[in-house]
Amino acid sequence: MAEAALRTERLSRSFGGLRAVADVSLACLSGQVHAVIGPNGAGKTTLINMLSGDLAPSGGRIELFGEDITGLRPEAVSQRGVGRSYQKTNVFLGFSAFENCRLAAQSRLPSSMRFFRPAERYPEVNAAAGRALEAAGLAARGDAPAAALSHGEQRQLEIAMTLATAPRVLLLDEPLAGMGAEESARMVALIRALRTGHAILLVEHDMDAVFAVADVLTVIVNGAVLASGTPQEVRANPEVQQAYLGGEGEDE
Amino acid sequence: MMGRQAARRALLAVLVIALALFPLVGAKFYLTYATKIMIMAIFAMSLDLLVGVTGLVSLGHALYFGAAGYALAMMDGPSLWWSLPAAMAVAALAALAIGALVLRASGIYFIMVTLAFAQMAYFFVRDSSYFGGSDGKYLNARPDASLFGWQALDLDSHLHRYYLALALALAVYVLLRRVLGSAFGQVLVGIRDNEPRMRSLGFATFRFKLAAFVLAGALAGLAGYLAALQDGIMNPEQLGWNRSGEALIMVILGGMGTLAGPALGAGALMALELVFSTWTKHWQLLLGAFVIGVVLFLPRGLLARRQGGGHG
Repeated sequence: MAEAALRTERLSRSFGGLRAVADVSLACLSGQVHAVIGPNGAGKTTLINMLSGDLAPSGGRIELFGEDITGLRPEAVSQRGVGRSYQKTNVFLGFSAFENCRLAAQSRLPSSMRFFRPAERYPEVNAAAGRALEAAGLAARGDAPAAALSHGEQRQLEIAMTLATAPRVLLLDEPLAGMGAEESARMVALIRALRTGHAILLVEHDMDAVFAVADVLTVIVNGAVLASGTPQEVRANPEVQQAYLGGEGEDE
Repeated sequence: MMGRQAARRALLAVLVIALALFPLVGAKFYLTYATKIMIMAIFAMSLDLLVGVTGLVSLGHALYFGAAGYALAMMDGPSLWWSLPAAMAVAALAALAIGALVLRASGIYFIMVTLAFAQMAYFFVRDSSYFGGSDGKYLNARPDASLFGWQALDLDSHLHRYYLALALALAVYVLLRRVLGSAFGQVLVGIRDNEPRMRSLGFATFRFKLAAFVLAGALAGLAGYLAALQDGIMNPEQLGWNRSGEALIMVILGGMGTLAGPALGAGALMALELVFSTWTKHWQLLLGAFVIGVVLFLPRGLLARRQGGGHG
């Protein structure tokens, strides 16, 4: 089996007496989409926040290509090759789509402490920003102000910005949130295409999309792993059917 | 966008030419007053780098203004050429030390802690006989501006001080405009709009904020140096919260994050102060009404920033 790009070992986080995430161990491999599903409040966002460095774990460890990155700050995690997109659209509305990606790509310059050369005159940054826009399907929208993009396009831009930082691991937090059917289909195709060259951890509520795109599925309930395996295995798991998929409403 | 930039350059050129020709018609009183306006314009632009560009609302910016002013007042008949950089370095070092502490706070706490440091400095200077106490410290002599035996500027001449302030205000504007459009400036704008996102993109935002804080402090120091040079005296009020608040009003009035706006705000506020004070001794009422009017009818300032302005 290939070396895991991102691996957690008994990762935990408590808030006061509440164990939001309890002893979660999972592995994301390059070239795979690993989807994490579970009911609201299961601890999926807490998990992704720990992986991106936004939240310090209370226990366990996180490894990136064998390197311990537990408790590193978000900027350090990002610099090591983990890119994150947010559930809430987090683009810079005052910038154009291209400028958003340019700013993101600028983070890979040896230093952005450069006070004089105009920001648009870094050929390697512009090239990376252009590639990211193209990969996310926004090549034609580069000059549009981010505020003028549709909701679906803003979600694509969110991912394009992450791509502009040249990540090896992608953490996608509900990329389909609030999307219509057509936009969802486009995003699913995008995620599938991004699998090449990236390890993807996907948190998503849309079950159709998850089963369409996931290679590996982990079900989390009350902060703990209930089941993990291929989509077929998980679907066939009676406990999962009981606790989640078959239960009261699969969307929520 | 090019049209906008061209228009901005044309306006700037007209303004600079008008200011350069003003001494042909302006009496000494007005030239001196205009010098003070340009000094405050530098101060307001330096604060705009923090407040408008980076989103760091400092209520203690006068500390760096005062630090450089006192640095000059404590020197004994120095040369302009080394005392100016030295005074700015004093302000920059103060900003580095204080910024390293206060930038760990954010929002309302940042406002309070910047104010607290400035007030500490104010009371320290006011109660210290070494710095002249509450009477202030007179300059022994204005700096000497000769270069290799040639007297480039006579700083005892109000006209020379006027042109020095004009040249430096223009230089600060051009410098900051350039910095805003640089890679560094783009990061500052990103921090203002969404700092957590900037960190998740891999930017160590603390270092960028600290660099902005030091640059703003050094430029505030430039303004403070010129103020001491202009008045021939430095007093504790120059680093009190009144002075910090005044600059903040200029920034808000003129338009946060626009650079030219805060400079314009300095001009508008001080010019109106002059006009109103000749009408009535209750001129502060009128000035207050003007500020309220601008805030009500032009909530984004006299020069509003392009929506969310990237590198406006």
